Formats: sequence, structure tokens, C-alpha cells
Amino acid sequence: MSPLRRRLLFGIPLALVVAGGEGFYTILRRMQNNDYDPHALPSPLVGHRPPAFTLPGLDGMQGFANTDLLAPPQPMLVNWFASWCGPCAQEAQLLTQLAQAGLEIWGIAYQDTAPNIANFLQQNGNPYTRLAADATGLTAINWGVYGVPETYVIDKTGIVRWRYAGALTPDLVESTLEPMLKQYA
Amino acid sequence: MRGWVFLLALLPMLAFAQPVTRDGVTLTQSQETRAEAIGDQLRCLVCQNESIEGSSAPLAGQLRMIIRQQVVAGDSSKSIMAYMVQRYGIFVLLKPPFMRLTWLLYASPFLALAAGFALFWLGRRFRAEPAAPLSAADRARLDELLR
Repeated sequence: MSPLRRRLLFGIPLALVVAGGEGFYTILRRMQNNDYDPHALPSPLVGHRPPAFTLPGLDGMQGFANTDLLAPPQPMLVNWFASWCGPCAQEAQLLTQLAQAGLEIWGIAYQDTAPNIANFLQQNGNPYTRLAADATGLTAINWGVYGVPETYVIDKTGIVRWRYAGALTPDLVESTLEPMLKQYA
Repeated sequence: MRGWVFLLALLPMLAFAQPVTRDGVTLTQSQETRAEAIGDQLRCLVCQNESIEGSSAPLAGQLRMIIRQQVVAGDSSKSIMAYMVQRYGIFVLLKPPFMRLTWLLYASPFLALAAGFALFWLGRRFRAEPAAPLSAADRARLDELLR
């Protein structure tokens, strides 16, 4: 056996194992840093306007339709939530801070009732300028919503630019949401 | 008597004729079979390794209802799948379609086979030469050592 062959026989499998390990380690590290989620789905709605819908208001607030989202003066959020959803309560404070900082946030209550929503908003604060009720959850299916909370960024031309499934965190707002709002301002 | 025989002969037809109600939609047995076949190919978005047909998540129940409503309305299976893909992306398909993102996945068995053949061929080509037969002197020395 020539020395080169011996080296290759030893080196190639070793290199493959090292490369594989490096790959897995990268995945695990990024999962730990919250910048990679293997369960996250890309939303087919990104790059398009939301599908047609008209939803009634809730808790004395005005509902909205897809036609109300065609040309917001500034990029805005549409936040799907429910009173029965734990992570929604977690992100509520952050949403209130964002709303106080001037970000327009419209809410859609997913499969919920008026008394429960009133109670939820009283406890967790109300960041929403408008609040609609999707009691059946059928509009959510048309948006591709598969759980609450989900947050959509809508730009000034009414096009969805970003979808996040799960509770927003301060890190995420700083690393992704704020640059995106600036980009589309 | 003849009437009874006739009715008994018709009995197996019941399995096809009797409407079934699943997830709030009433449909015939053949429609239900088609709906199940569609649901079996779709991923439940909530519990991502289950099919819509096999999942107990509320969203999966709603999607089963939508599939059955569309089956009753006479939509083709292809258009029902397209309805789901439009909303949830290709991830909703348990069997990924062949496309730019997935070609490597489908090609990998053939690539592995090609790599195996390449290794086999290289191994044959670079096989070490067999050692020269021992000379008489070497043979004598070997016998000495092994004694």
C-alpha cells in the first residue's frame, strides 16, 4: 500500500466525519442561539397581500378587512393571538411597548370569545389599534396560520414581508423586526 | 323467501350506499375514501410528523372538514392538494415534490451508487502488485526462522 493511498484511506472518512460533526454542531449552536428553528415553516404569504377576508370587531374596537391593509402609512404588524394561548400572554408586554413606541399593531383573535378577550386585554394590556375576531378560525387557514401567536409584517404597499410563528422576544425584535421595519419604512 | 334472498344479496351494497359523517361533513363511502387518501398525504402543521388524517389537533380536524367539503363539491384531489400548498407551502406535503430544493434528496441514492462504483473501480485499478515469489535463499532462511 502506497503512503498516499494509506493517507487517503485514513483521511477521507475522517474528513467526512469531521464535516458531518461540524454541520450538526452548527445546527445545535444556532438552535441554542434561537436563530434556527427546525420546526419553523416558511410562509407562502410572504411576498403577497393577505387573502380576502372581512372580520367583525371585538371588545368595542373596529374590525377590519383585507382591503384595509392595502396601503398603511407605515409598515405595521398583524398579530394573531388568543386568550387561551400562553405564549400570547408572554409577548403581550413587548407588543404594548412596541405600540407605545409608535408601531401600528392590529390584532386578530383566533377562535375566541368576547368576554375572554376583554379579560385577556385587561390583564395583559391592549397594544391593538384595531381588533378583529376570527371565531371560526377559517380566515386563519387562508393566511396559513397554524398556531397562535403569529405575527406578520405588512409593508406600505400591503405586501406581507415577514411571518413569525411563536412569541416575539426582545432579541428577535432587535435582530430582525426593527431592521425590517426600517427597511420598508 | 325469494324476497329475503334478494334483500340479502343487496346487503353488501350498504357498505357503499350508506353515507358517513366525519368532521361535520356527510359524504358517501367512496367520497370518504378519497378524502382519507388526500388527508393521508398531508402533514399536520401542529404535530409535524403526523398526517392530517391521523392527527387529533383541532387544526387538523378543520382541515379534514375542508377537504371533505371540497370532495363533496366535486373538486379534484389535485386541486385540493394545491389549496393546501397555497396556504401552507410544500412542507404540508408528506412526500416532497421533485423541484430545485429537493432534487439532491431524490438524487442521493443514485449518487451514492455512483460513488460506490467509483470506489470499486479505483480499488481495482490501484490494487497492490502481488509480492514476488521467494527466491531459494529466502525460502531457506524462512524455513530456518520458522523451525
